[in-house]
Amino acid sequence: MALFDGTTRSILLLEIIRGMWLTLCYLFKKKVTINYPYEKGPLSPRFRGEHVLRRYPNGEERCIACKLCEAVCPAQAITIEAEPREDGSRRTTRYDIDMTKCIYCGFCQESCPVDAIVEGPNFEFATETREELMYNKEKLLENGDRWESEIAAALTADAPYR
Amino acid sequence: MLEIWTDYAWPLIWIIFKILLIVIPLLIAVAYLTYAERKVIGSMQLRMGPNVVGPFGLFQPFADGLKLLVKESIIPTGSNRVVFILAPMLTFTLGLVGWAVIPVADGWVLSDINVGILYLFAVSSLGVYGIIMAGWASNSIYPFLGALRSAAQMVSYEVSIGFVIVTVLLAVGSLNMTDIVMAQQKVWFFIPLFPMFVIFLISGLAETNRAPFDLPEAEAELVSGYNVEYSAMSFALFFLGEYANMILISAMTVILFLGGWLPPFDLAFLNWIPGVIWFSLKVSLILFVFLWVRATLPRYRYDQLMRLGWKVFLPFSLFWVVVTAGAIVAFDWYPK
Amino acid sequence: MIISSLAFYLFSFITIFSAVMVISARNPVHSVLFLILAFFNSAGLFVLLGAEFLAMILVVVYVGAVAVLFLFVVMMLDINFVELREGFLQYLPIGALVGIILMAELVLIFGSWVINPKSEAIVATNIVSSTEITNTHALGQLIYTHYIYLFQAAGLLLLVAMIGAIVLTVRKRPNVKRQNISDQVSVRVDDVIEVKDVTSGSGI
Repeated sequence: MALFDGTTRSILLLEIIRGMWLTLCYLFKKKVTINYPYEKGPLSPRFRGEHVLRRYPNGEERCIACKLCEAVCPAQAITIEAEPREDGSRRTTRYDIDMTKCIYCGFCQESCPVDAIVEGPNFEFATETREELMYNKEKLLENGDRWESEIAAALTADAPYR
Repeated sequence: MLEIWTDYAWPLIWIIFKILLIVIPLLIAVAYLTYAERKVIGSMQLRMGPNVVGPFGLFQPFADGLKLLVKESIIPTGSNRVVFILAPMLTFTLGLVGWAVIPVADGWVLSDINVGILYLFAVSSLGVYGIIMAGWASNSIYPFLGALRSAAQMVSYEVSIGFVIVTVLLAVGSLNMTDIVMAQQKVWFFIPLFPMFVIFLISGLAETNRAPFDLPEAEAELVSGYNVEYSAMSFALFFLGEYANMILISAMTVILFLGGWLPPFDLAFLNWIPGVIWFSLKVSLILFVFLWVRATLPRYRYDQLMRLGWKVFLPFSLFWVVVTAGAIVAFDWYPK
Repeated sequence: MIISSLAFYLFSFITIFSAVMVISARNPVHSVLFLILAFFNSAGLFVLLGAEFLAMILVVVYVGAVAVLFLFVVMMLDINFVELREGFLQYLPIGALVGIILMAELVLIFGSWVINPKSEAIVATNIVSSTEITNTHALGQLIYTHYIYLFQAAGLLLLVAMIGAIVLTVRKRPNVKRQNISDQVSVRVDDVIEVKDVTSGSGI
């Protein structure tokens, strides 16, 4: 009986027909693709994208040049130089991130005591040249100004879980 | 002077016009077959397929064609130049010449020769040369392996295709394509000869190197098989030739088994629809099955493919030839 | 009429040219490709003669199958043909001698060949004129009606030859694992998997 069963199955191509039926059903299902540049998928508040340097609401930059991020960075992508400003506060004179080295692990934002360096939600920062990916302080601060509202919202959303 | 005009020049122009009338719709069909393939397989994998160029991505094939046209043609230094260039041309030409005998509607055929089906069989058996020449001329390992696989595969499956054609011929009593279609007025041959229909479909997949028999270009092992070294227009010719061959095999299936241009039922309102529409509908159906199979089935292993061809299809189709011939003799069903 | 004679000269010219190239081409693969071209053009000549069935069979069998195998073998052979050609000239006298003897014999035979005057009549009785039926029918009648026994005998001979070749080459090797696909396909879940309730901590 088992022999008969197996023979009929293979002669009538039952397994193949079943497989074909399955793909035919899938043909009429709703597509899961989103129309990317026009539609975008949801992002977690913890999403680690392009780096930004944030400022306090009064416009003062947050970074105090503690160099914790530089120390923790596993890819050694961050370079910081610092000296006291005229008003005596300690600030960076240079804050560079080599985005080609960065592995987007998020250690820098975890280590930052003042929430100055944050990985924002932006992931569309492809460039035409390699040099454009060597971010300096101005670029990072400018990013911070541009993405401040999104980053602040993401940080508040994530705060209860930290 | 006038004689030359009426006897030679005018018929020549007329024939060229008729050839263009076949070739241009065929090339457009090939272009949209690639589009349909991407859309259908995309849908079956819950993707969308091309949708950017033009409305619903309808101009995608032309964008692809333009891209291939303006790219640089590279001829590898180690290759055999003449054969290397000749191979894609041969494939493309063979994809087109078969259409000379395909009747798309009653009387709509370029040349209604007596041995039409044999001619088609001959043309499809020549198809292997384009691939073998490409593989050899590339002077590279992957194309060579792809070409060897393809040659062995096509020769093997041609045998069973031949026997399938023989069964149909037994039922028709003529080698003429129009006669084959007209013999199916009562019942389409896929009903009485259903097993042969299935074997023909599967062998057709193997003959056109389509999934699940696309071992010659198995991208996982052979990169892309016989066309690894080809680029730009020469690659495009291979591509067009291959898809034209697919349409040709589908047209053969339709003529042999699905009643060609005949409507499914002999009803008045169905007869009003022109035959060419029925024909293209049926061809599209078979082509859809080709794409559907590609979206469903995984690739065969090579020894399994050979086993299927020689140890399953060949004896079975031979057996069915005997059964058909026996039935025709026993019940006196001789074709007129 | 002009067109068909033009076609005849075209086909025969290409046939002869490619036949010459088959023996003179340096690359053996080119030789095979020229051989294929020669076959193809002879098929064209058959079509011009009105023997379209023969033409198609020529293409299907010789071009589509036999020549592919030729090409296969020639492509796979990795022979240094320059080396092979090195001592070529020293065989020329012997080759020429054999050729001349053969030529002389052929001339002698064909010169003294007398065709039986009745043979034309014998052949004519069996052949139906080509205007009445297609040449496929005519061939069928000749092979399968008039000469059916001879044809079957020839087929049997070929079958025996084929079986002989297979018997000679097939060898049974012990200790080789082979795949049995029908066994694999017919395996059911119940045959190979047994589900047992195992209380935790104890073995089976």
